[in-house]
Amino acid sequence: MPLDPSFEGRVYPPAPPYLVGREKLREFATAIGATDPAYHEVAAAAALGYQDILAPPTFPIVISDAAGQQIIHDPELGMDYSRVVHGDQRFVYDRPVVAGDVLICQHTIESITSRGGHDFLTTRAELTTPQGERVVRIWVKLVQRGEG
Amino acid sequence: MRVDEQLPARAYRVTRADLVRYAGASRDFNPIHWSDRFANGVGLPGVIAHGMFTMALVGRAVNEWAGAPDAVVDFGVRFTRPVVVPDDDTGTEIVVSAVVKQIDPDGLAELDLTATCNGEKVLGLARAVVRSTG
Repeated sequence: MPLDPSFEGRVYPPAPPYLVGREKLREFATAIGATDPAYHEVAAAAALGYQDILAPPTFPIVISDAAGQQIIHDPELGMDYSRVVHGDQRFVYDRPVVAGDVLICQHTIESITSRGGHDFLTTRAELTTPQGERVVRIWVKLVQRGEG
Repeated sequence: MRVDEQLPARAYRVTRADLVRYAGASRDFNPIHWSDRFANGVGLPGVIAHGMFTMALVGRAVNEWAGAPDAVVDFGVRFTRPVVVPDDDTGTEIVVSAVVKQIDPDGLAELDLTATCNGEKVLGLARAVVRSTG
């Protein structure tokens, strides 16, 4: 069954605050081979004017993927995740994520379209601090392949 | 950076061990990234890299070209072809290159990005905007 386009514009409740851990950022940077000292050493990040070590550019996906589970498993939307592939991915940064950030992720369904038997779902996640500072926006396009 | 400048290509070796490490770091435990049995069952030739792992490698290259770990302000890709990673010691290789498309008066440079594996493009519509330092 195709995804219901009336879900366009739906805003999901914000996910619980995510505390960005220094060791998590080091683990992530190491996993992708990012060796810049600003990803590992507080002093190197401080030299660039930051309070703590920086997250590599794609790290925020860890936060938005966790929060996005509420869309993937929304029984009303009814996605079949076994048929879903990752189509497009985009990040727009107001500033880099740094260790110690508390980030609240809120998802909106921007569009749902169907073409050639496949469904295309585009979501936007906004990551903001509890003080309301926007840090990064994340767009994900998922493709739900047609059945059979 | 200069407009039309071709930035030096960078090559990244990707093995199964890298995928396991990335799965843990990113908490993306989809079995298509670690189980041949599962990957074959959904019609893939074998275990494939996380698209976000490929994008992370491209992000490394972008920041290295820009010369700063905080240079990127806008970064987007389309995943067009899976990166199959064989279960051996050499894995596969992703090659990332870029051309500077334009530089605006504020010094923001737009890069057209290309990522290939075995000579075939694995990303489309890949671009980044970075703060360029001259």
